[in-house]
Amino acid sequence: MCLAVPMEIISIADNVADVEIGGVKRQVRLDIIDEAPAIGDYVIVHAGFALRRLDREDALETIKLFQEGLNLELL
Amino acid sequence: MNSFDAFKDPALCRSLLGRLTEEATTPMRFMEVCGTHTVAIFQSGLRSLLPGTITHLTGPGCPVCVTHESEVAAFLELAARDDVIVATFGDLMRVPGPKGANLKTASAEGARVEVVYSPFDALALAKANPDRTVVFLGIGFETTAPTVAATIRLAREQSLDNFLVMSFHKLVPPALRALLADPEARVDAFILPGHVSAIIGVDPYAFLATEYGVPSVITGFEPLDILQALIHIVRMRRDNAPAVINQYSRVVPEHGNQKALAVMAEVFTPVDALWRGLGVLPQSGLAIAEPYAAFDAFKVLGITLKDHPPLPGCRCGEVLKGKMPPNECPLFAKACTPATPVGPCMVSTEGGCAAYFKYRLEA
Amino acid sequence: MSGRLLLDHGSGGKASQRLVAEMFMRHFDNEILRVMDDAAYLDISGPLAVSTDTFTVDPIFFPGGDIGALSVHGTVNDVSMLGATPLFLTCGFVLEEGLDLGDLERVVVSMGRAAREAGVRIVAGDTKVVPRGAADKIFINTTGIGTVRVSPAPSGRRAAPGDAILLTGSMGDHGLAILSTRQGLSFESPVVSDCASLNFLVGKVLDAVPDVHVLRDPTRGGLATTLNEIAGQSGVGCFIEESRIPVDPAVAGGCAVLGLDPLYLANEGKFICIVPEADAEAALAVMRADALGRGACRIGEVRADYPGKVVMTTPLGGQRLLGMLEGEQLPRIC
Repeated sequence: MCLAVPMEIISIADNVADVEIGGVKRQVRLDIIDEAPAIGDYVIVHAGFALRRLDREDALETIKLFQEGLNLELL
Repeated sequence: MNSFDAFKDPALCRSLLGRLTEEATTPMRFMEVCGTHTVAIFQSGLRSLLPGTITHLTGPGCPVCVTHESEVAAFLELAARDDVIVATFGDLMRVPGPKGANLKTASAEGARVEVVYSPFDALALAKANPDRTVVFLGIGFETTAPTVAATIRLAREQSLDNFLVMSFHKLVPPALRALLADPEARVDAFILPGHVSAIIGVDPYAFLATEYGVPSVITGFEPLDILQALIHIVRMRRDNAPAVINQYSRVVPEHGNQKALAVMAEVFTPVDALWRGLGVLPQSGLAIAEPYAAFDAFKVLGITLKDHPPLPGCRCGEVLKGKMPPNECPLFAKACTPATPVGPCMVSTEGGCAAYFKYRLEA
Repeated sequence: MSGRLLLDHGSGGKASQRLVAEMFMRHFDNEILRVMDDAAYLDISGPLAVSTDTFTVDPIFFPGGDIGALSVHGTVNDVSMLGATPLFLTCGFVLEEGLDLGDLERVVVSMGRAAREAGVRIVAGDTKVVPRGAADKIFINTTGIGTVRVSPAPSGRRAAPGDAILLTGSMGDHGLAILSTRQGLSFESPVVSDCASLNFLVGKVLDAVPDVHVLRDPTRGGLATTLNEIAGQSGVGCFIEESRIPVDPAVAGGCAVLGLDPLYLANEGKFICIVPEADAEAALAVMRADALGRGACRIGEVRADYPGKVVMTTPLGGQRLLGMLEGEQLPRIC
């Protein structure tokens, strides 16, 4: 339903940020993101607006849980 | 590999798939209610690898698919006006209204229709065309509605008087309730939409488990996310312990995105809404609230929704409720193809029927 | 030249003559064109390949190229795909009144350069000027003619079970470069169009592997659509592996944002080459030694199963159909 992609914040000015994915850059609005992102953060972008900051630690934790559950070597 | 790419890791996916196959011993029918999940499941090839005990159903998760014939007729009426530029997401261009008309055919007949990536881009269009009225077609669920709400608020701040929105926004929890309330619907579990949940959080889904005993998981869009969600579902069923699990916690906050919810509540107001295939669902849509009435295309231009009979022969309603897989519809791949869509599920690339047509190897 | 194009420039009178002399004759100059008869006198023999294409790209100048260069590359490549050496081009221009003459000259200069670099001569041409609004700036038709070098010639009908499917490089660059210029989608991208004439590379491949079964450039509709055409024409199944298909990270990124699939985006400087399994390595070696084929790789094989279809194995190991494109790809939110 809602195509949204993680993009990295490269600069911020007021309510607008430059974000990047694979070298493609675009401006996104920060009007509706609830936690103010910092440069280097990944945000989920939908229809030109940043929706949420991605939690890197949480992502690592989720992966770790998979690996432990499966008795796999850590990446 | 960065921490987010790991969610695509094929080796890890294959291990999880093995675990799922071991544990999924009893038949289970799960529905994903998000079109992006539909595509992820087909496009990654995951669907062809699922154990035979698991049946995948495609729900009403594409806001384009559920746009009602009457709503299409309303925006086509709008597009026919000389003084209007219609700004829309690309998805809506081919959605058929009465007599097969759509925005593509309207454009061929002289309507000015502009595809935009963001509702915010429609503001720029309004500024560049001061002698016309730019009307943005507001489709989408809770993920998209706050972006449109924020855009309307910006339009007011900038005192733009040639920008309007025709709101067809819809809400996911009321649709899930309507699906489960139908005694014929056959859904054992839900995979819940990741990005809608990033806005509304976990609480609005609680009734799925408490009232209907249906285990559900909010999950992301990588194969690993979806596999993990299926394992959670299989275990909840095994333990007879239905709940709503948030597997996508790297994006979805427990109580939602308060800032987005606030702007949505400020600009929109919940109303009964028409869903293609499902009919009128109470309090399932968003209209522009009174303080922002100056931006409401319905009110400003005096357009109303008129009754239009459903498309003849179309069984999208049953497909959306999980009663029928797309390929059992008598029209599937015959009268109804992506080139000649009869119903909404064939129109959008994320529609269940389009995905069946496009990705499935079996005839 | 400076100023703007007038309807007079298409009248056949002196203004037309000046435009032809100062613009087209000057930048396309060669001894056949110089004769200025009603038709070009060509002395060629043998099996010939002929192809025609009309170019209407918007914008006319885009990252990595322009409509002039593209109108040469496109037709040179189509002729080459029959295993032919392109020799001559004709061109027809439909120009919109009010066009900036400086822009027209840039396009014509670029076209002349592209033709010289590809070793083809522009031997005949025509110009029409239409009232403002009746065309969008510049439309160019080019027709190319060349001599077929091998027998049997490569054809979309000759893919046979057991053949290897090769690709000369990354997919989607031209399509994304064009999209990045579209109003309403504004994004910045390092991706430039791959548009290039492929005739010399095709020649080298044919020298090394005369028995090439299929050559096809995946232009509009992209790799997915072109492979479907081949599968249909040959009555075979094309089996490819997603992880082997090269896609530039920026193309992948742009596609992710807009909800597009790079396998359906146009390419203007790549080709698909289907050869007997035994010739695959030799063909790849030739491609990789050339700047236009540096990213060449094997993406799959032809089988008798699933005739008329393209089956893709995903990185996960699943299989799915890669269907034909239905209309143009549009950016989407869902």
